[in-house]
Amino acid sequence: MAYPYVSDREVRVLSRYFGDPMARRVDTYVERGGYQAAKKAFEMGPDAVIEEVKSSGLRGRGGAGFPTGVKWSFMPKEPTRPHYLLCNADESEPGTFKDRELIRWDPHQLIEGVLIGAFAIRAKQAYIYCRGEFFETTQVLARALEDAYAKGYVGKNIQGSGVDIDITVHLGGGAYICGEETALMNSLEGRRGTPRVKPPFPAAVGAFGMPTTINNVETLAAVPHIVNNGGAWYRQWGTEKSSGTKLFCVSGHVNKPGNYELPLGFPLMDLINDVCGGVRDGNKLKAVIPGGSSVPILTAAECDCALSYEGVQEAGSMLGCASVIVMDETADIVKQVRRMVQFYAHESCGQCTPCREGTAWMTRILRRIEDGRGAEEDLDTLVEMSRQMTGTTICVLSDSAGAPVVSSINKFKDEYLALIRRGERVGVA
Amino acid sequence: MADTPATVTLTIDGREVTVPKGTTLLKAATEAGKDVPHYCYHDGLSSPAQCRLCLVEVEGAPKPMPSCVTQAMDGQVVRTESELALDMRKGVLEFYLVNHPLDCPICDMSGECNLQNYVHEEGREHGRSREPKRVFGRDDFGGDVLYYGDRCVMCTRCVRFMSEVEQDHRLTVVERGSRSVIDTFFEEGLEGTHWHGNVVDICPVGALVSKDFLYKARAWDLTHTPGVCPNCSQGCNIDLHVRDNLVQRLKPRENLEVNAFWMCDYGRGNYEWINRGDRLEAPLVREGGSTRAMGWKDALSRLLAGVEGASGKGIRAVASPFSSNEDLAALRALVDEFGGGEIVYRSARAEDEIVLKGFPTLARRRDLAPNGKGADLLGMKRVGGDDATGGLEGVAGHGGIVIVLGDALADQGADFGSAAALYVYLGGHGGPATANAHFVLPTATFAETEGTFTNFEGRVQRFAPALDAPGASRPAWLVLNALVAERTQGEVPRTAAAAFAVAGTKAGPFAGMRYDEIGPRGAVVNETVSLSGD
Repeated sequence: MAYPYVSDREVRVLSRYFGDPMARRVDTYVERGGYQAAKKAFEMGPDAVIEEVKSSGLRGRGGAGFPTGVKWSFMPKEPTRPHYLLCNADESEPGTFKDRELIRWDPHQLIEGVLIGAFAIRAKQAYIYCRGEFFETTQVLARALEDAYAKGYVGKNIQGSGVDIDITVHLGGGAYICGEETALMNSLEGRRGTPRVKPPFPAAVGAFGMPTTINNVETLAAVPHIVNNGGAWYRQWGTEKSSGTKLFCVSGHVNKPGNYELPLGFPLMDLINDVCGGVRDGNKLKAVIPGGSSVPILTAAECDCALSYEGVQEAGSMLGCASVIVMDETADIVKQVRRMVQFYAHESCGQCTPCREGTAWMTRILRRIEDGRGAEEDLDTLVEMSRQMTGTTICVLSDSAGAPVVSSINKFKDEYLALIRRGERVGVA
Repeated sequence: MADTPATVTLTIDGREVTVPKGTTLLKAATEAGKDVPHYCYHDGLSSPAQCRLCLVEVEGAPKPMPSCVTQAMDGQVVRTESELALDMRKGVLEFYLVNHPLDCPICDMSGECNLQNYVHEEGREHGRSREPKRVFGRDDFGGDVLYYGDRCVMCTRCVRFMSEVEQDHRLTVVERGSRSVIDTFFEEGLEGTHWHGNVVDICPVGALVSKDFLYKARAWDLTHTPGVCPNCSQGCNIDLHVRDNLVQRLKPRENLEVNAFWMCDYGRGNYEWINRGDRLEAPLVREGGSTRAMGWKDALSRLLAGVEGASGKGIRAVASPFSSNEDLAALRALVDEFGGGEIVYRSARAEDEIVLKGFPTLARRRDLAPNGKGADLLGMKRVGGDDATGGLEGVAGHGGIVIVLGDALADQGADFGSAAALYVYLGGHGGPATANAHFVLPTATFAETEGTFTNFEGRVQRFAPALDAPGASRPAWLVLNALVAERTQGEVPRTAAAAFAVAGTKAGPFAGMRYDEIGPRGAVVNETVSLSGD
């Protein structure tokens, strides 16, 4: 199989059947051992499942990296009200394209993960919230879910276990902010997709006012494997603090961009040079954004790091959702940063003043600098704005907009100054 | 409840305060004497914590906290004016001005705008934005409301008022990010809603303005006088905003017992009559075939002389529910002094109450006058129809003494009072039915004098004079009590407080009350009675 690109250094657990068009069929999934993990989980009981997932060290794959088992354990143990599990398939972070692939190639893997997650948190209803633009993906998922219902793997008395869990697929309207968990809940409820003030936290008051847990697609997709093989098995990959395998979405100036499933702690330079076939056209590496557009930029010199939660943090950035955006020497950093900030300005929900006004203003300042009409004071203004936009809003969208601005001004100030002083643009892309 | 301590003690800017559990830091700071700037927060609405202006520093918290939703905790150390808090608020204020136009010279809100105040207090001296501002233009929201999108700071108070308080979802935020604007649903707008004027009040900037008030006056030229809305028996607390001795607008004044922060559009818009120019300005006395103006002293002594010849045939009086308790009590006292007789009043009734769903004790009441209850308590009888006409058959042709107070008798014919031996009219305006009056005495309206109204539930509330009374007009209570005093050789009550005391002698429910003790929230008649009785 040659799913766009594969590497022999990959450990393909979740992405094992990427590229296999038969994998999405329920019969194929069952032949390959599917829905056994759900059955096993129902026999283990919710608390044992939570313990198993805790022991695996699985951390949330949506970007924050919160330990999944611990998150599940926040839910009330004796439900007095309905609980809900939400699966966040609103994959919208620029540079990220793993959840879409997980759903379109292996939808039953996710459905089984959702079943186990819902069972663990004592929910009888789960929602899979798909990004508004995921038309094909959502169709594949809905079809798979229909098949799973028809075969008795989802719904009432699943596989004769007496467990009832319903799953609903919900297609969003197309907004980045709806990937934020509480905005997703508002959107699911039919309201404007705006993040809610926390506290109260979702485990107490979530979707429809009920205790709710929300997990990323990749997180839930890993759960059946952990239940089948045990937490210790999962820990054979990765580091002490970052266990297991992770899908890395590599985009930008590499010869073989794509999704690669690698053990956490994998060296970033190996990912670029070995797995992805090196920087394109033999160019020099300039910068890498290691975790999706909301994390600080790493310079080429800082790229000698391990791709684990703690490894990237040591290098001065964040692993986020492991979306590695690679830029070679032809990249115009100011333009790249402006483009990112422009995205955030477009996607800001508009509730909080610093984000609503700040992201739009930043875009305009960056655009002016890019056009050679900037002033050196603009850089101070940008840095000060970023400070006033960080930690001052309901969600972290404005923090995300500020991060690349500050890190690029710190690390690539010469490019800004060159544009400001002589109107010269570095690079062409 | 008794098991857990009901209060928490925390330190705000070095000052220790103790507040009930569940109090927000914003409210606790108020207790400590600090007003934290805020926009989206409003006492009468939910707190979305989205303006981010009320950020304060809380020791131990990783980020600045929105004080409007953060609950005070025992031992907390809060700084509302630390370097961090000031820096964050300075940032927010600068962000506002990125797009907020500085069109203060033509903005209706100028002078009472918190954005002006906050920026002056805590903002940067000079803005750094060199970019063009976004432009939305003006939108007619229907009803009395215009929306200037450019000025909007997206606090969403108006949206929340309509959804939470009026509970008629007419406004929403459309688009997102800096393109967000408030809008109505399709063409529906605010037309047909009954409380939408409040969104203009709660808009912290000049984004929502009243069409009625637009460009009429600058905020700093207006004097604000506390009053009570005269347009129904709810008795909403209001401020009369006056310039050039004319009421320019009515605004609600906070009273959680009566109207919270709100007032209805009917009451708000119904003030033009207060400004009527065709007023009676001097006592008019008809002698022989002619009528001539006269000073008060001459007019009143002639009146008392006239009473001598007219008494014996009985007395009939017409009062108005727009008169204060003081006026009505003085009328009652005079009628009693003249031998006693029936006093009737007429008042308009609307078909329905218009209840404010989010604050259901507030409604535009059916009774469209402020003091029908006061008249009832003083033993006056409501007559006539729901349009405040008719019912005066027994008065119009009465042959003895007829006294009319405040009712302009617009429906009565020119023969009204023609048979009366003595016909005294007290009011602000003349008309056909006053032509036969022997004495026409000009009196002040509620807006020109001090006094009290009793609302539908028996709450007595004070109002203050906002306007100068025209010419020789006097408060009716002063005129009527002077007549009584002249006959009894008693003392004339010179103050509203003394006039209110007369009400106590004429109606039991008022007996236990003292004018000076009626606080800003008013005092309920029967409660006071039972309190003093115990």
